[in-house]
Amino acid sequence: MKRMSWFNTVSLTLGFAFLYVPMLILVIYSFNESKLVTVWAGFSTKWYGELIQNEAFLNAAWVTIKVAVMSSTIATVLGTMAAYVLVRGGRFMGRTLFSGMIYAPLVMPEVITGLSLLLLFIGIGLDRGVLTIVLAHTTFSMCYVSVVVSSRLVTFDKSLEEAALDLGCSASEAFRLVTLPIIAPAVISGWLLAFTLSLDDLVIASFTSGPAATTLPIKIYSAVRLGVSPEINALSTLMIAVVTIGVISASLVNKRQVVRQQREEKAAERS
Amino acid sequence: MTIPEFEPWNDPEAKPLIQFQNVTKRFGDFTAIDDLTIGIYEKEFFALLGPSGCGKTTMMRMLAGFETPTEGAIFLAGQDMAPVPPNKRATNMMFQSYALFPHLSIWENIAFGLKREKMPKADIDDRVDEMLRLTRLEKFASRKPHQISGGQRQRVALARSLAKHPKLLLLDEPLGALDKKLRQETQFELMDIQEKTGTTFVIVTHDQEEAMTVASRVAVMDHGKIIQVATPDRIYETPNSVYVADFIGEVNIIDGTATPNGEDSYSVAWKDGQAPLNVKSPTSFSDGQSCHLAIRPEKVTINAEKPTGVDNAVEGKILDIAYLGNLSTYHVELPSGAVIKAQSANTRRISRRAFTWEDTVWLSWTATAGVLLAT
Amino acid sequence: MRRFSLIAVPYIWLLVLFLVPFVIVLKISLSDYAISIPPYIPQFDPDSGIGALLAKLDFENFVWLTEDDLYWKAYLSSLKIAVISTFLTLLVGYPMAYAMARAPQEWRASLMMLVILPFWTSFLIRVYAWMGILSKEGFLNQFLIWTGVISEPLTILNTNTAVYIGIVYTYLPFMILPIYAALERLDESLIEAAEDLGCSRLTAFWLVTIPLSKTGIIAGCFLVFIPVLGEFVIPSLLGGSDTLMIGKVLWEEFFSNQDWPVASAVAVVLLLLLIIPIVLFQRNQQKQEEAEQ
Repeated sequence: MKRMSWFNTVSLTLGFAFLYVPMLILVIYSFNESKLVTVWAGFSTKWYGELIQNEAFLNAAWVTIKVAVMSSTIATVLGTMAAYVLVRGGRFMGRTLFSGMIYAPLVMPEVITGLSLLLLFIGIGLDRGVLTIVLAHTTFSMCYVSVVVSSRLVTFDKSLEEAALDLGCSASEAFRLVTLPIIAPAVISGWLLAFTLSLDDLVIASFTSGPAATTLPIKIYSAVRLGVSPEINALSTLMIAVVTIGVISASLVNKRQVVRQQREEKAAERS
Repeated sequence: MTIPEFEPWNDPEAKPLIQFQNVTKRFGDFTAIDDLTIGIYEKEFFALLGPSGCGKTTMMRMLAGFETPTEGAIFLAGQDMAPVPPNKRATNMMFQSYALFPHLSIWENIAFGLKREKMPKADIDDRVDEMLRLTRLEKFASRKPHQISGGQRQRVALARSLAKHPKLLLLDEPLGALDKKLRQETQFELMDIQEKTGTTFVIVTHDQEEAMTVASRVAVMDHGKIIQVATPDRIYETPNSVYVADFIGEVNIIDGTATPNGEDSYSVAWKDGQAPLNVKSPTSFSDGQSCHLAIRPEKVTINAEKPTGVDNAVEGKILDIAYLGNLSTYHVELPSGAVIKAQSANTRRISRRAFTWEDTVWLSWTATAGVLLAT
Repeated sequence: MRRFSLIAVPYIWLLVLFLVPFVIVLKISLSDYAISIPPYIPQFDPDSGIGALLAKLDFENFVWLTEDDLYWKAYLSSLKIAVISTFLTLLVGYPMAYAMARAPQEWRASLMMLVILPFWTSFLIRVYAWMGILSKEGFLNQFLIWTGVISEPLTILNTNTAVYIGIVYTYLPFMILPIYAALERLDESLIEAAEDLGCSRLTAFWLVTIPLSKTGIIAGCFLVFIPVLGEFVIPSLLGGSDTLMIGKVLWEEFFSNQDWPVASAVAVVLLLLLIIPIVLFQRNQQKQEEAEQ
């Protein structure tokens, strides 16, 4: 086995320390007894206790999850359709405009997206609330979904669809029975991406939410603007834990599948 | 007992199953198929042979319905296929990549087309079992495509496309992904299955040996046109053009001018300083017409001494020997500088080979050994 | 028919919720501030028609942006911060990407995951984490005083330095991933060939590795530069009152000053600024795709 040079080892160690130490400190100090976040005063879980009694946070969390589930689901449907149109749709009127509108939100500053959507909602007299946040999040996250799904579709062997047609499927049956099951992993990652983007978003939600619906990032932002608080540390720790467990278990499942598939392929070639 | 000859193309009464009528297909400026007319008969094993880009795959995709002709019409059993979408055609296709559905088991792959027909469950079971038996895949029914070997995948693809009793089976480079040994075995398996099921097969391939082995007739294509359609032996023995002669197997092409000197007999003047060659040809040439003599290396005999009583004999020096195990090909340079290849079977051990480099030898062949082609 | 609806549904969605809003922003940027609800005139009046509306629009707000030095200073300072922080991110990211690409095969997937994991965690929380580190009584100052490097705590939070740290920290994965992808594809025998032909380690790196990872470097730089230009959260939490970034200015113009026409004009100009790097980025990506084919 090749050994790594000391330079590479040092740059990786320092780099990952830079990425992870801040979060580690956050997690450790969420268990601090003291109200003063930078002075260690003994282990305690009292901030978690206060957190789950804080109704404002719980309400905001509930709104955030509702918005994320709805927007990511709609975004997945629309984004998959858009990806299919882009990769398989051939030529149609306004194709350039369409692909432009798919890619533009990826590089658009959030302040502009948020501002423009707010002005639209006011223009058409739509009351700001859960609905408007869902509409806004769906619009920008469907573009991410379509990028993820279309990168899978590009490598998709087109003869699989042709084989389905050849064996008597209509175009929609071919999509439902062959294409969709095969691209499902990409569609699921698209959904997860849209879900996290929605959970994370502060700027666009700030523009498009109303007094009736406050999301967790908005709540966190207004709290941390005043400074560091142990309660926010506890909340952050919970969020980091959920994401870490989710990402690690997803990648483990994925890795096991890949390993099993490789093993089976090898066995098949030997037989 | 005599085996009845299967030659519907020689029977003026026989109606072709597939009829291409003046079919042209253009992609933008590129003409993939150029005004092509041909008939393919029921129960034929028909091979489309040509280099990549010659239009053979386009022809097949038009039969399957994935492409539509720009001009002309395609008839299947007398019916114009233009308005029929791929999923309503009585044709099935075996894809070059096999296109097995990775998320379905072998059994489900084979049953896929039958389920689309809304066939009763029991009938589907019977038919899938029959196909599994035919392709010797019974043991693998519940496996997924990635759990079987390349050769087995190829058989699944075949079983899946045959399951629906197609009138016509299209095979797009069906053996391209297999290694050479497996490919040769599978060629015979394909012929066997074609005979058992009595289905009309159209195969696309760039491998001339494969086309010659499996097909009842071979169509050699180039640039969207069919150059020659004939049985494998006629394609090899009597090619109609330099292109076909050169594409199939090894060949010596000798350029010259023909002079008639008897019935179907010509004297061909070629390189300066060489005696004219005696050639018999059923196609007639006028006096002084320039021509090519195509002659296969294995029809050229190599001798140590000047042979007597032969139609043609030339003297030369051995330039190169390609030892192929069973055969050796000798490259013999004539005094005029031309090189002629002669092939002979290695019936003796190599240490006792009669000829070696720089030897002076005599090449001879009969008047009927070669084919005289117009330019 | 089915194909039509497949195209139409996402198309119409994007038209209504992406393109139309921009037209509205453009229109409002040409309107005048007014004390009314909504706070701008003219409003669209169906009776007098579009012509009458267009006649009342003018470029006053854009002239205002050039006259008040707050705005052009904010644009310039955003550009400066974006350029410097992109460079810093490259400086931190390239050695990491290089080391990852040279790491043993069986580690690479795990290292990749370590880079991607922070990307899935909340952006806001990652920025917030630095507030506790960089403040006067924060961990960095405690650490530096404890080691004796300094005797008085440094002021880092609410300065541009904090903004740079925050940007490098949050955007590092965007820099590492494309460079890593380029370096991983690089055939190691190319470097051996260069050394065989007389290059030293360093010249081989300079003449072979760097040019072949160029598309990755360019992609990474744009992936950092473009979003940083309009960044709001980092300057607002880590920056000070003198940290001028256009995303923050737009936010304040809209939420604090309630001046919608000026906020819209700020957005339009920011968008125009972004078009250049976006087009360059697209070109780089296209070139890369062509090279791969």
